[in-house]
Amino acid sequence: MAFSPSFASSLSSRNPNLSFAPPSSQNCASSLPPSRNPNLSFSSPGSQNCVSLPKSLPAVASVSLGRSMGITETFNRLREQGKVAFIPFITAGDPDLSTTSKALKSLDSCGSDIIELGLPYSDPLADGPVIQAASTRALAKGTNFDSVISMLQEVRPHVSCPIALFSYYNPILKRGVAKFMSIIENVGVHGLVVPDVPLEETQILRSEAAKHNIDLVLLTTPTTPNDRMKAIAEASEGFLYLVSSVGVTGARSSVSLRVQYLLQEIKKATNKPVAVGFGISKPEHVKQVAGWGADGVIVGSAMVKILGEAKSTEEGLKELESFTKLLKAALP
Amino acid sequence: MAAFDAGFIPVARQKQKPHLLPHIPSAKSPPYFISVPRSTEGMVSQPAVSTVVSCHAQGELSVSSRLLEKMGNDQVVTLPDSFGRFGKFGGKYVPETLMYALSELESAFLSLSKDEAFQKELDDILRDYVGRESPLYFAKRLTEHYKNSNGEGPHIYLKREDLNHTGSHKINNAIGQALLAKHLGKERIIAETGAGQHGVAAATVCALFGLKCFVYMGAQDMERQSSNVSRMRLLGAEVIAVHYGTATLKDATSEAIRDWVTNVESTHYILGSVAGPHPYPMMVRDFHAVIGKETRRQAMEKWGGKPDVLVACVGGGSNAMGLFHEFVYDEDVRLIGVEAAGHGLESGKHAATLTKGKIGVLHGAMSYLLQDDDGQIIEPHSISAGLDYPGVGPEHSYLKDIGRAEYYSVSDEEALEGTPTKRHGCQVEIAASSQGNELPCPEFDNCILRARVHFLSAFKRLSRLEGIIPALETSHALAFLEKLCLSLPNGAKVVLNCSGRGDKDVHTVLKHLKL
Repeated sequence: MAFSPSFASSLSSRNPNLSFAPPSSQNCASSLPPSRNPNLSFSSPGSQNCVSLPKSLPAVASVSLGRSMGITETFNRLREQGKVAFIPFITAGDPDLSTTSKALKSLDSCGSDIIELGLPYSDPLADGPVIQAASTRALAKGTNFDSVISMLQEVRPHVSCPIALFSYYNPILKRGVAKFMSIIENVGVHGLVVPDVPLEETQILRSEAAKHNIDLVLLTTPTTPNDRMKAIAEASEGFLYLVSSVGVTGARSSVSLRVQYLLQEIKKATNKPVAVGFGISKPEHVKQVAGWGADGVIVGSAMVKILGEAKSTEEGLKELESFTKLLKAALP
Repeated sequence: MAAFDAGFIPVARQKQKPHLLPHIPSAKSPPYFISVPRSTEGMVSQPAVSTVVSCHAQGELSVSSRLLEKMGNDQVVTLPDSFGRFGKFGGKYVPETLMYALSELESAFLSLSKDEAFQKELDDILRDYVGRESPLYFAKRLTEHYKNSNGEGPHIYLKREDLNHTGSHKINNAIGQALLAKHLGKERIIAETGAGQHGVAAATVCALFGLKCFVYMGAQDMERQSSNVSRMRLLGAEVIAVHYGTATLKDATSEAIRDWVTNVESTHYILGSVAGPHPYPMMVRDFHAVIGKETRRQAMEKWGGKPDVLVACVGGGSNAMGLFHEFVYDEDVRLIGVEAAGHGLESGKHAATLTKGKIGVLHGAMSYLLQDDDGQIIEPHSISAGLDYPGVGPEHSYLKDIGRAEYYSVSDEEALEGTPTKRHGCQVEIAASSQGNELPCPEFDNCILRARVHFLSAFKRLSRLEGIIPALETSHALAFLEKLCLSLPNGAKVVLNCSGRGDKDVHTVLKHLKL
């Protein structure tokens, strides 16, 4: 769905439900994305248009009110503005969950468009050494699914951009796919990336995700044949995740030139937004990838490394903030 | 998908010996044949339906091929299905980057399996280089050992995979996959290894075919299996120490998968067990199926019949699948897998995946898995590096669930301490098999003494009674004889897969055994 230009231009922040005040309630309602934004549609007839909600929502309220703008809407808005999404990744619980909570707020306020939050897993086989180490540290600190969910419940009202979880399949399976989706939906998560479930095995995930308004983001890679890429693009929700290089996550010195070609091929196949990740760690990388036509760039290990290697939490958060601003500034 | 009509499986039913089959629920045939689920709607087209075409030795058709011929029904395939599933187990849970390589591998395997020139090359190497067939050896003194006071007891035969070149069954699969890699034009080989037997096999075939070899091995395993590390290096392989996690087989496998994800275009991953994503469980099984095929023929030659019981140790489960596969449809043959109970099943430090695990996904396949309530993988424990793995091949999970195979476990702690158990029965932990059966204990009164399971003692016993030093992995299967033999009738034919030789373990064993 397209926003009317006047509506789009009225968006001063990424979180319309929390701050914007459109000219009239009719305008607001008619411009709403269907279904994906319950917090917007809740503006009752008697209320003043789309209300501006206090920043500090109690945790309970976030369950019903905390759904900020979704992933698709975020990309639509950015596209209207000719912008490219900046999508940082951090590992939940590294170095601890209170830092993660602060980092989420900081990443959001520094201009992140979507945040990818990794659930720590004992055997992260798609991850390189940096994220492996972060997962190990997080688990050693006692981080588990429930504690991450509690943290999210608390922080969600303070974070305006959509959050996508990154989780390996086994923890999802163990909890039960439907239950997992329901829990993450309730704390305001919009998207899910499962790196060890390829298209053929996604059926259950896709149907349960759809029931719970979670975008199941699928990955395509340089080794994916074209026909297969088309099928993946067709099935992916929210955006299509283009893995930039053949390999696991982790910073690389340069971005493969293949990415430009892959982006062209993908754009021929789909109108869905494409975000590029794996190995992207520098302002020049994000600039390059944006220049090749990506709709978003995902920076993971470089972010995780900052938090993991900082001498203190405060220093880590400070550095994360300036790094985010640096990368964001390199994007259109 | 409907289970196949039981009456359809034309297994020649020999005289049933009911007392040999305490665990198989009724005479139901295992639902091993299924009608193909063709619902690929919205999916990428799959490779051709995977009929099982094993690499046969001496031109023997595999059981599954024979059955398929008799059925002459296109709607029916053997397991795994085209999605790589054995029931709900198996599949391909890997990063997208590997998907193309996996379909390429599957196609190559299926086409080469039907290729006569490839089969001949494989058979020649297995005969002239590996030394197949491996003997089926009647272990006379071990048989004597298990006779009761009336001079009755089962007859124990050892399938001598320890006599293969490199000292274990692992070479069967390594040869087959190296030939495949050559065919795929891949010159860089990676492998994971626990005890080092698969690593040595991979290093050996790479030397044989002039391929570069990198073996991932847990740092802890490198220490406890140091002689195999030296062998791999001598053979020209690079052994890469894995320090992550528990620094054992699980982590070595994860690291090998990461390497493959990174170098997939130039590299073939010789996975060493019937685990991992499809087509590995099928392919590795079929390369090892020669063990069971030879056993069938040798049994026929030696006593004119089939074995009554097959016993093998199970870590990932490749030697067990290699022996079992040929007999899966022979319902009168009991299939018994023995896992490592480590410090004991209640201690939490064990590797008894089928006994204690819950269904999950690890290293590309859905199977039983040692995991906590959050779905995090639990660190396994076994004195035997080759069994020290939190997962198990998906087909074993399937065989367990349909009640076709039985799985038990043997602990190492009790063996070291020699503490008599207080439970009825013995120190063999009876697996919570789907039926929850326990083996009957015919000598209840002195069961505690008779049934003590000492797999280190088993190690020593085979060495002293038969002049065969078995691997620690194999010793778990041998230890189970202590219990099993008590429950078997006189003259029952037991074939135990002597999967590897114990030279590599002498160092470890000397630490624990006073000789």
